[in-house]
Amino acid sequence: MANQERIYIYKRYERFWHWSQALLVIVMMITGFEIHGTYSLLGFGRAVQFHTMAAWALITLWAFTIFWQFTTGEWKQYKPSLKNVTAMIRYYTIGIFTGSPHPFHKTALQKHNPLQRLAYLALLAMISPLIWISGLLYLFYGDWTRWGLNNYLSLEWVAVAHTLGAFMMTAFFFIHVYLTTTGHTLTAHIKAMITGWEEPDSPRSKH
Amino acid sequence: MKRSISNLFGRALFAWLLCSAASVSFAANSASAPTSVDTAFAANSKLSASTTDHSKLPALQGPFKTGPEVTKACLQCHNMAGHQVMESIHWKWEAINPLTGQKLGKQHIANNFCGSILSNEPRCTSCHAGYNWKDKHYDFNNQDNVDCLACHDTTGTYKKIATDAGHPLYEPRELPKGSGKIVQPPDLTKIAQHVGKPGRKNCGACHFSGGGGDAVKHGDLDSSLINPARKLDVHMSPEGANLSCADCHTFNKHQVSGSRYTGKPNDPHGLDTPISDDKNRATCQSCHGNAPHKKEVINNHNDRLACQTCHIPAFARGGIGTKTLWDWSTAGKRDENGKPVFIKDDHGHMIYSAEKGDFKYGENVIPTYKWYNGTVKSVSITDKIDDTKILELNAVEGSAKDPNARIWPFKVMVGKQPYDVVNKTLIVNHVYGKDDTSFWENFDYEKSIKAGMDYAGLPYSGKYGFIETRMNWFITHMVAPKEDTVKCSECHSRDPSSRLASIRDIYIPGRDYNPIVETLGWLAVAGSIAAAIFHGAIRYISRRRKDKDHG
Repeated sequence: MANQERIYIYKRYERFWHWSQALLVIVMMITGFEIHGTYSLLGFGRAVQFHTMAAWALITLWAFTIFWQFTTGEWKQYKPSLKNVTAMIRYYTIGIFTGSPHPFHKTALQKHNPLQRLAYLALLAMISPLIWISGLLYLFYGDWTRWGLNNYLSLEWVAVAHTLGAFMMTAFFFIHVYLTTTGHTLTAHIKAMITGWEEPDSPRSKH
Repeated sequence: MKRSISNLFGRALFAWLLCSAASVSFAANSASAPTSVDTAFAANSKLSASTTDHSKLPALQGPFKTGPEVTKACLQCHNMAGHQVMESIHWKWEAINPLTGQKLGKQHIANNFCGSILSNEPRCTSCHAGYNWKDKHYDFNNQDNVDCLACHDTTGTYKKIATDAGHPLYEPRELPKGSGKIVQPPDLTKIAQHVGKPGRKNCGACHFSGGGGDAVKHGDLDSSLINPARKLDVHMSPEGANLSCADCHTFNKHQVSGSRYTGKPNDPHGLDTPISDDKNRATCQSCHGNAPHKKEVINNHNDRLACQTCHIPAFARGGIGTKTLWDWSTAGKRDENGKPVFIKDDHGHMIYSAEKGDFKYGENVIPTYKWYNGTVKSVSITDKIDDTKILELNAVEGSAKDPNARIWPFKVMVGKQPYDVVNKTLIVNHVYGKDDTSFWENFDYEKSIKAGMDYAGLPYSGKYGFIETRMNWFITHMVAPKEDTVKCSECHSRDPSSRLASIRDIYIPGRDYNPIVETLGWLAVAGSIAAAIFHGAIRYISRRRKDKDHG
């Protein structure tokens, strides 16, 4: 079978992007919840400093990534489709326990299953704008008056919106990490994201 | 030959010593003075800063026997100075609140320290910038009574004594009475010949001792500021900017800037320049501008906070305790021999005085934080008061809604003082004087309040009680070095004892949150983790069962 062969699925830039983004997001979650007052670790001042630095690093990374997505045409990976969504849901709720085969087969042209596409679309269309817009407003609090925004915004609502986004992001993070273990072996997806190569799917025959 | 060689050697040695001494003194100059070309030039050329050597003036050869004699001599040349001083708050002890029109100043408002100057003049006016204010009939238009030396003495020997209506000693006197110590009068002639710009000690003679002793009143002003370490005050420390009071509290026509009665909550005017400024450098912003921090995020605080709020982490840091509580209601106790009781604590602080009641002191006190928008509502002695609650004698106004308001640090003085329980007014208490009505002679409130109110010409029911009072004192001196400023987490914290815990009408990141978002947010995070564990567990169990079936 063609899909039983090793396929090169995540290109070098994509892997670099993924892992540096992962690192930055983790740093931002840790420092962000400290700024929120959930615990104290680095001290508020340093947490703000690290959070801000990570934010600018992530913005820079995204600038390159958006460029990459469009120049390589990879952006199409995020086009949503409702086809086979029910099959995916059935797989995650039943099939995965009964040992049914994965209904979706990754290819270099289609790396995301339909549920993933929907999830990433939600991330891109809802959570990201919420976090980024509120975060940038937060960061540029000192310029609200100059920009004529001070009558329309309150620090409280910007902060609450940012916190809401942060909670959604954190919930996403845990589900995302869990779902990486649902490949044909526990670490198959993670390995693929490290090496770029997806191993052939022959789980049961191996042991 | 031998002699000339040793002579030559001696000369060389002398020259070498001279050079090294000069270089040492030059090094000392450049080390102590800021590296300004002007000061270096002035030091090298030994030029006097003043254009007048007062010791050479015929008018100042004296001898002078009294303060007013010196003043007359000063006014011969400085013939407008008296008129300027007589318009000043230092002379009038009166200020008009520009926002409310209310008459403020020592003459009008009540405090919870000594009370009122009325009927106690000779004692209180030892800090008047004048002489002879002995009673309520004082002539405020006699310029010969202006005291030039209190502010302009540079010898450090001029001292107005506590009980003589602003005069220094003119004859040797035993002070305190019965101590056997004879205090000599200051040499007025020598002092008159050595006048100059006021230094920290001149202003401090009164402002460090307000309320009857060193450090008593303000909390951020005491004698530790005469020669402070940098840690205590970066501005006044010789290791810091070495500024004198008047460098910031600029005087224009003898009118001082930066009075607490007209304290600016903020200063949008910002940096002062010679052309555009209001010649008032008494705000931090006058020298530092409105965005002095390198980090934008710190500058962003200036729409809510006064500079002092972060830069003065605590007051009374100079090792001298400031009075934090004064309870007049317990005053007047005598021991079994009928002698008035005085009790000192282990540090030598008076904690009970029959003359004044109970005291408490504080050092390194964390300020109380309040909004302030420029309006202070002060209670004057004639105002009707509400005696069902604690009376705030000078309530500061402001809230988060007011764009002019900033959060300021205060020393809140706790007091308990006599008032008229029928007329519901504060009272004038006659405490000082050698007569049979003064409290400090007789320890009898019945007599002393009646005498005070009669003297002031105010109605008194004859029935007095004690009311708890509070007074707000702006904390604005004792600015700490930047490494000692208040840390972010001292306010940005959920700790219920954080510094701004009492300020509830602004959102403080790290302290505040939306309870709905908080609950839903943690539910979502916990839910996602629980779902992962649950899903993973079923996967694990079903797979083991399958393996067993296969096995």
